[in-house]
Amino acid sequence: MKVLVAVKRVVDYNVKVRAKADGSAVDLNNVKMAINPFCEIAVEEAVRLKEAGVATEVIAVSVGDKACQEQIRTALALGADRGIQVETEGVVEPLVVAKLLKAVVDKEQPQLVILGKQSIDGDNNQTGQMLGALANMPQGTFASEVAIDGDKLKVTREVDGGLQTVNLNLPAIVTTDLRLNEPRYASLPNIMKAKKKQLDVYTPEDLGVSVTSHLTQVKVQPPAERKAGIKVADVAELVDKLKNEAKVI
Amino acid sequence: MSTLVIAEHDNSSLKVATLNAVAAAQALGADIDILVAGANCGAVAEEAAKVAGVGKVLVADNAAYEHQLAENVSLLIAEVGAGYDNIIAPATTNCKNTMPRVAALLDVAQISEITAVESADTFQRPIYAGNVIATVKSSDAKKVITVRTTAFDAAPAEGGSATVEALDAVHDAGISSFVGEEVAVSDRPELTSASVVISGGRGMQNGENFKLLEGIADKLGAAIGASRAAVDAGFVPNDMQVGQTGKIVAPDLYIAVGISGAIQHLAGMKDSKVIVAINKDEDAPIFQVADYGLVADLFNALPELEEKL
Ligand SMILES: Cc1cc2nc3c(=O)[nH]c(=O)nc-3n(C[C@H](O)[C@H](O)[C@H](O)COP(=O)(O)OP(=O)(O)OC[C@H]3O[C@@H](n4cnc5c(N)ncnc54)[C@H](O)[C@@H]3O)c2cc1C
Ligand SMILES: Nc1ncnc2c1ncn2[C@@H]1O[C@H](COP(=O)(O)O)[C@@H](O)[C@H]1O
Repeated sequence: MKVLVAVKRVVDYNVKVRAKADGSAVDLNNVKMAINPFCEIAVEEAVRLKEAGVATEVIAVSVGDKACQEQIRTALALGADRGIQVETEGVVEPLVVAKLLKAVVDKEQPQLVILGKQSIDGDNNQTGQMLGALANMPQGTFASEVAIDGDKLKVTREVDGGLQTVNLNLPAIVTTDLRLNEPRYASLPNIMKAKKKQLDVYTPEDLGVSVTSHLTQVKVQPPAERKAGIKVADVAELVDKLKNEAKVI
Repeated sequence: MSTLVIAEHDNSSLKVATLNAVAAAQALGADIDILVAGANCGAVAEEAAKVAGVGKVLVADNAAYEHQLAENVSLLIAEVGAGYDNIIAPATTNCKNTMPRVAALLDVAQISEITAVESADTFQRPIYAGNVIATVKSSDAKKVITVRTTAFDAAPAEGGSATVEALDAVHDAGISSFVGEEVAVSDRPELTSASVVISGGRGMQNGENFKLLEGIADKLGAAIGASRAAVDAGFVPNDMQVGQTGKIVAPDLYIAVGISGAIQHLAGMKDSKVIVAINKDEDAPIFQVADYGLVADLFNALPELEEKL
């Protein structure tokens, strides 16, 4: 079966970003960019399905400007077979990304679409579920285990109370959680090979999707800063402070 | 203006997260109804009817909704929500699973995990692991919103007398089914609503050592949490993870033990009232947000702390 994986270019998870002083935007000057960690897990899962003989082809798709081709190439180096970039400018909100992905799904007819559960820049946690609704596909979100079970997909999900397992008809959507797998590192030969793999570029017009935003970012600001407190000498002082100063115990 | 609040529950009782969502709905200033979708969930509806400030409780009681399968529940919410200006739900894993489907069905954006209501169409929400607070304005006529529960004090659970109305609509998409669940049972308070939380990280070394936290949690009536590293290593289950991609907590007292303080962990606990860190590395970043820091080996400090409480 064909597997489509959605990958997003985001600020590297080690970077602590700041709002610009004038509140107009997040300062992304000279910041290290990377594939969203949850998308990396998604690519790994798709490649493992291919190695297990379940997936026949893995297609990595990204919505963004030219720079996101770098993340598509990363996915190709990790083992995806070919790439698709949907060329857009600026921030594209999840509903629009989901509509663009829906158009790609219509073209490619994958049996499985794997996305990250959350992009670590916008912290939206929406796109996979929205794609599920638009494509009328069932979804296994926050997945920690995925298995093909006959003509169904069995997904174990990380939920507030623990774990939930569901059976989904195919085609289906999966969004990855942290425990699904541990992504591999791309080897140098595979990075070289990835440069030669097919990468098609579409515009939203090609796909017949309007990219008009429903949300506008009015401003950004830093969160309330916490001041570092004091170091206590020992456990006795800690208990005393909690009882008599903070009065929380 | 009218707002539909989605109830978070387990078919037998209403979860407090619902009350946080009601509080956010009140900040919008609209008339509030609550939707309870579940199976044999009459007791939940009764509870919801007592919440102060609620006009009507709508109950969709059907096997199709028993396990909150998003494919089914989203169809119901989109249908019922068509008559409201706002649809608001707590940012629990259930509602995070369902609400974006609702938004897409209604062709509107979702505004995730709001922390403040500025006006009927403008909201604040944390982005980049809480390192930036964005103010966003929606141009949609209908707003689909999830609420960061720690940012809104729970509405009173008592004092209301809403009418309860049964809904007959049954939406079974027929494309997904429930297989089973592993639910952690514990006598301790829930992590997201406990007033004291004590969390362990990689420094705990193994799951067995979390017993050192249990004695203290017993004395303080605390819930026990963990860092991602502790969950990944298999010390404790995933439902204990606190952070950007786990649970968000804001107790009166948060005690971080053997946790370095990565931004992703801080994102889940830095709004706690008082933070205590116990770490043997005096340069650990967790000390930058701690009100009280104790540089010590946790294996010495924890038994002594339990004894002195
Ligand atoms: C996409 C993504 C999402 C993430 N989401 C989350 C999340 O939601 N929550 C989260 O927590 N993390 C999350 N992380 C992981 C995060 O980046 C850190 O890796 C993690 O928080 C580290 O956990 P830790 O502090 O327990 O481990 P470490 O960073 O290894 O720190 C262990 C600490 O224990 C101390 N220690 C060791 N032994 C002792 C001892 N005997 N006594 C006292 N102190 C001791 C050490 O000095 C050290 O400071 C995420 C990462 C990514 C990439
Ligand atoms: N611009 C994008 N291009 C490709 N995939 C995306 C994009 N935005 C979001 N996604 C996918 O949707 C997931 C969840 O993102 P979000 O809903 O923004 O939190 C990501 O992990 C990606 O798999």
